[in-house]
Amino acid sequence: MIHSLFLVNATGDIFLEKHWKSAVSRSVCDYFFEAQERATEPENVPPVIPTPHHYLISVFRHRIFFVAVIQSEVPPLFVIEFLHRVVDTFQDYFGVCTEAAIKDNVVVVYELLEEMLDNGFPLATESNILKELIKPPTILRTVVNTITGSTNVGEQLPTGQLSVVPWRRTGVKYTNNEAYFDVVEEIDAIIDKSGSTVTAEIQGVIDACVKLTGMPDLTLSFMNPRLLDDVSFHPCVRFKRWEAERILSFIPPDGNFRLLSYHVSSQNLVAIPVYVKHNITFREGSSQGRFDLTLGPKQTMGKVVESVLVSSRLPRVVLNANLSPSQGTYTFDPVTKLLTWDVGKINPQKLPSLKGSMSLQAGASKPDENPTINIQFKIPQMAVSGLKVNRLDMYGEKYKPFKGIKYMTMAGKFQVRT
Amino acid sequence: MLGMANSLCYGEQGGADSGVEVGQETPTAGGAGFGLFSTDFKRNEDLKEMLESSKESLKLEAMKRVVGLIAKGKNASELFPAVVKNVANKNLELKKLVYVYLVRYAEEQQDLALLSISTFQRALKDPNQLIRASALRVLSSIRVPIIVPIMMLAIKEAASDLSPYVRKTAAHAIQKLYSLDADQKDHLIEVIEKLLKDKSTLVAGSVVMAFEEVCPDRIDLIHRNYRKLCNLLMDVEEWGQVVIISMLTRYARTQFISPWKEDGVFENSEKAFYESDEEKRKSAEETKPYAMDPDHRLLLRSTKPLLQSRNTAVVMSVAQLYWHLAPKHEVNIITKSLVRLLRSHREVQYIVLQNIATMSIQRKGMFEPFMKSFYVRSTDATHIKTLKLEILTNLANEANISTVLREFQTYVKSQDKAFAAATIQAIGRCATNISEITDTCLNGLVLLLSNRDETVVAESVVVIRKLLQTQPSEHSDIIKHMAKLFDNITVPMARASILWLIGEYCEHVPKIAPDVLRKMAKTFHNEEDIVKLQTVSLAAKLYLTNSKQTKLLTQYILNLGKYDQNYDIRDRTRFIRQLIVPSERGGALSKYARRILLAPKPAPVLQSAFKDRDRFQLGTLSHTLNSKATGYLELSDWPPMAPDQSVRNVEVAEAMKEWSPAVGKAKSSKSDDKFYSDSGEEEDEQAADSGSDEEGGSEGSTRTPAESENSETSEDSSQSEKSSDSGTGVKKTTTQKNKKLQQAKKPRKVSPSACSLPANRHIGDKRTAMQDVTGHVRSSLAFQVHVKPFLSCKLWCSVLAPSQVEEKPKKEVSLLDLDDFSPAAVTMTKSSILSPSVLSDLHGLSLAASSPAIQVSPVFVPVHTYELLHRMTGKGLAAQYHFSRQPCIYDDRMISVQLTFSNNGDHTLENIHISEKTSAGQNIHCFSPIECLEPEKSVTVSMGVDFNDSTQAASFQLCTKAEGFNVSIQPAVGELLLPVTMSEQDFSKEQGKLQGMNESSATIAMTPESITSQPLHRKVVNMANVGVVPSGQNNVHRFAAKLVSSGALVLVCVVQKDSGAQLTVNTEKTIIGSMLLRELQTVLSAP
Repeated sequence: MIHSLFLVNATGDIFLEKHWKSAVSRSVCDYFFEAQERATEPENVPPVIPTPHHYLISVFRHRIFFVAVIQSEVPPLFVIEFLHRVVDTFQDYFGVCTEAAIKDNVVVVYELLEEMLDNGFPLATESNILKELIKPPTILRTVVNTITGSTNVGEQLPTGQLSVVPWRRTGVKYTNNEAYFDVVEEIDAIIDKSGSTVTAEIQGVIDACVKLTGMPDLTLSFMNPRLLDDVSFHPCVRFKRWEAERILSFIPPDGNFRLLSYHVSSQNLVAIPVYVKHNITFREGSSQGRFDLTLGPKQTMGKVVESVLVSSRLPRVVLNANLSPSQGTYTFDPVTKLLTWDVGKINPQKLPSLKGSMSLQAGASKPDENPTINIQFKIPQMAVSGLKVNRLDMYGEKYKPFKGIKYMTMAGKFQVRT
Repeated sequence: MLGMANSLCYGEQGGADSGVEVGQETPTAGGAGFGLFSTDFKRNEDLKEMLESSKESLKLEAMKRVVGLIAKGKNASELFPAVVKNVANKNLELKKLVYVYLVRYAEEQQDLALLSISTFQRALKDPNQLIRASALRVLSSIRVPIIVPIMMLAIKEAASDLSPYVRKTAAHAIQKLYSLDADQKDHLIEVIEKLLKDKSTLVAGSVVMAFEEVCPDRIDLIHRNYRKLCNLLMDVEEWGQVVIISMLTRYARTQFISPWKEDGVFENSEKAFYESDEEKRKSAEETKPYAMDPDHRLLLRSTKPLLQSRNTAVVMSVAQLYWHLAPKHEVNIITKSLVRLLRSHREVQYIVLQNIATMSIQRKGMFEPFMKSFYVRSTDATHIKTLKLEILTNLANEANISTVLREFQTYVKSQDKAFAAATIQAIGRCATNISEITDTCLNGLVLLLSNRDETVVAESVVVIRKLLQTQPSEHSDIIKHMAKLFDNITVPMARASILWLIGEYCEHVPKIAPDVLRKMAKTFHNEEDIVKLQTVSLAAKLYLTNSKQTKLLTQYILNLGKYDQNYDIRDRTRFIRQLIVPSERGGALSKYARRILLAPKPAPVLQSAFKDRDRFQLGTLSHTLNSKATGYLELSDWPPMAPDQSVRNVEVAEAMKEWSPAVGKAKSSKSDDKFYSDSGEEEDEQAADSGSDEEGGSEGSTRTPAESENSETSEDSSQSEKSSDSGTGVKKTTTQKNKKLQQAKKPRKVSPSACSLPANRHIGDKRTAMQDVTGHVRSSLAFQVHVKPFLSCKLWCSVLAPSQVEEKPKKEVSLLDLDDFSPAAVTMTKSSILSPSVLSDLHGLSLAASSPAIQVSPVFVPVHTYELLHRMTGKGLAAQYHFSRQPCIYDDRMISVQLTFSNNGDHTLENIHISEKTSAGQNIHCFSPIECLEPEKSVTVSMGVDFNDSTQAASFQLCTKAEGFNVSIQPAVGELLLPVTMSEQDFSKEQGKLQGMNESSATIAMTPESITSQPLHRKVVNMANVGVVPSGQNNVHRFAAKLVSSGALVLVCVVQKDSGAQLTVNTEKTIIGSMLLRELQTVLSAP
């Protein structure tokens, strides 16, 4: 399946290679570089590139291309999903997945890749199993290792792979037993010029951080499970139970994991928590344009809208923007034409606004289209769909765990067309 | 941790090292440069020392740096001798790093690599499974041809290792060995065959992967593992799921018949490639409902939950499975999941959108409700935008086109001009697809002609040209408008398009055309080549239509063209001149010039780029690339009615040999099965239609032509089947028994009441398939929901047509139904159920000399229940028994008995079980204990009793937690039988063998009302579990059965006369014969 993997940085250098079968010359990446050159943005590089003898399937994350070399037919999503899993694992191990982090931990990276694939076929991708095999680097362990000469490869042999719950490592022990669940919902929306909603939907996830001793068996039930229209589960969730009773029953992996992601049915009207008043105009023949943007809260159920960040890519003819925000700070990059405005909290009494003028390239005709505005925000302590966890019970272990649940609503792909 | 460790060690190394590091970072693609080589070399020397030192930490440090070198793609092969020495080191991390090194360089240093082999060979015997596994892993990864025999041996051993993890590793090793030495294929297939039988979820994915790599064409290896794979699928790790699902998709396409036919008729947007089959059978099929093979259903059912997987590849593979295998109306369930994947990473979106694009061409309806999910966001990558646009265009129809167009309007204004251009093309496609909006679109596009952006204008012109070609006469004003805009348009393609349009339709714009040509003559030398070419064409066309005004202009332009720099233009000019200007020499063509140049041209078809992608299986690399990737395995078409004979022979043989109900039924006969059941249903329906209980030849005459055509096709298949059947008939029965025994050991898989003993492969297969399904999903309500309507529909049929028996003298097929598992399998509340089985003449099968009798499902299952334990005696526990007349699943010598317990008391009864069997000589297979039975509840279980072909009661003790009751089951003689059928000839032949004392006969007087009140055969099948043998005469009724325990044939023949009937029973068990005769006499003479 996966023959080799090359890691390519933004400047087009291969900084790591790993082969699972016979070594493939790195010159195969030249085809990739060609495609990279053709694409104006790194995002536009096609994920699948055919070459005379191989196929290159790549993902682009954290400004690194992970280029897998394939020799024969394989579902492309198989490879893509795997590569993303690799990135997730690196992130899990090193905190960040940057070129520097990978270079610093090249041995761990190699050991991980060795365990994750056997002859190009995924072997161990569960983070719990991998962590049994290869201990993640921590500062303390690094110090200890350098002094004592001990290693970061797990001493005991991994048994997780053999268990019936392969996602959970064995012999977990904690002094404080805690289970935290974050219900995070994202609103994807397109708002048109007049402020009406073109499309809006809610995508949610429940991320868990479970640190419980032994083999706990958890059940989590919702007040209103009917809201969940389409769900996908971590493999630990017992599907039959969900089908029958709409209860999540599972033996959790140890540590952080995504329990569930869901989609809230589009029949439910989605509450749009912010509105934007905009007035962006370019006049024909003038070298000035006006920019006027005001944000306001709407349907927030009394909660504060936080961490608001507005970004917009202005038309090419805009040379510079001279704006004044009523709160927060803004930046404009004259090269990429990207305007970002870090608003912070929205105070309903004093609505944040960004006003001013844009200087345009002299002589250029006025742009056809006004820029779209992307908005990010967070609303803590609220799940916009109204989803509520009813209760969380633990079976199989004697102790009383500390349980916590947190709700949060965020903007997903939230765009306002102007 | 390593970062620090590394930097520490680099620190020791000093400045030279850091210098190297800097040097290596310089982004020269060709490598670190020659100058650095010496430094590398020096460092390697130093590494060698470290590796050979006695200090563990130094060795480890050195290995870490070596791995660093490998990671950077540097050559570290010269360290091989130093590294390989450490292969047996105790330090786990060091060992692993050495493995990494070994696997990377063994190929280049084959001789030295051999030094390490003995270490692995030793480790293969280690008591720890993980060490064994890792040894095999590394050993098989060393690509040194000389060790192939060692690898082969190791793989064979590991394949029978106790640890599933080691077996998994063995499965991986198979592929490695195969890529190293393809000659080992045959041996490897043996190992694969063995591992395919493995029941561990760990192994399943890996071995299927090996199967796909080594012998994807050996579909016969899958047959008996098919069900197991389906059932395990949920618990296999996600990567294995992907591989298994895609293999099963291919498999199913070869083994099941198409579920698309019935609804295919009204689906207009059907795929072209199966249209042909459809047409072929349309006539026969219009009335015929399609019954899905239970195994086909099993696959669909067991994959469905995986749509909820977090792994996008799994979801996609299930989606493609449904797309390629599910009935059309069921495919919709994948929509939501696919749309969900669009939330994932960009690359995932790309692949999923591509697949949706292909799907949306064929089935708009699937994704139309989710149209908004495909709206383009300005932040999407270009290829994502294009794909979304593609899908939106595919989804557009009369109802939603206004929304789509409004959305497109936004896109046209996009800053991403390439995208805007793509949108214009999309508008063009919508305009051609939906005729209502063609004018609207054209007007909109004309407006775009005044757009400031060149690409937008150019694209609009091109699209307008294509649109105008469809109806030029109505749009001369648009052509005029474009001619006016001509001066402002600079994009060559657009200018060329306008020129072509004017030339083509110069008769519609007679005044403007010469003027445009005049302008072009002025600017000719400044134009792009493509424009020049079109100018020449325009000139030629005008010369032909309007030579008076344009003769000079044309000559001028031709002269310009003659001396152009571009040879294409010079060529074209010369050619045109010869063509239109008559000269002394070659004037032959010029009379046709007009017809050549002004020939009516077909309008271009604006169609999706994804139009032909459906030739590739969805979700594959080939589909993404739209070209066949190396190793792409073609998805075969559904097998037609009569599959390739030779293939089927293999499969049928397989089916017999491997006839095993629970483990893996012989999938091979699928197509036959399907066929039979199809026809079976048809029979049902026909019976229902005619609503008659008449028998015999009269039925034949009412047959419609379509049906008889159908039966002719059936003839074919049955014939081919005959031949195979005869050969293996004997073997069959014995193996069956074995398998039965095996199966009895696994009651988990067996549904409590649906017992069946197959005598006929087809029914057997089918029925056990159903059982397996029931057993597997017993807990799931969904299944019952699914089955009930089906059953009730059957019920309906049977109520309408009490006579299930038809005779079809001209047919040679046994038409049997799949759905004959007793009602108890699903629900116990049904009243009289006629199992809809149909049988027929079995000419062909009489070739099988050993046994002409084909076991069939019971013709009739009476609901009469007998009391086992009265509630007063049982202190609240009441028990009744009922003969389900199904072959017993526990042992084929047993009769299956259904027990219904009800708790009429007021306290819960616990642990109901059979404690001891008091009667001797009878084998009883007990039901599994009932843990508790609450008041007012009842429960039905099934058990098997071997009565040894006697009517002696089977006694045993029925116990609850508190008490025990002695009870007994008394079988009626009619229940000791299992129905079989055979051809009329065989019947007479068998009857001939059972003469003399084996025959008992009697004459019965029948009252007139007893003749008319109920059909005769109905009474017989009610009383005894016999099968109906088709008869050529109306007044002769023949029935056949065999004794369950001994298998002896029992033949019953009733010859109806005016006022009575002659009854004959032939069997070698004379006691049974006479008892049966007595009973039948009573039954038949009763009114």
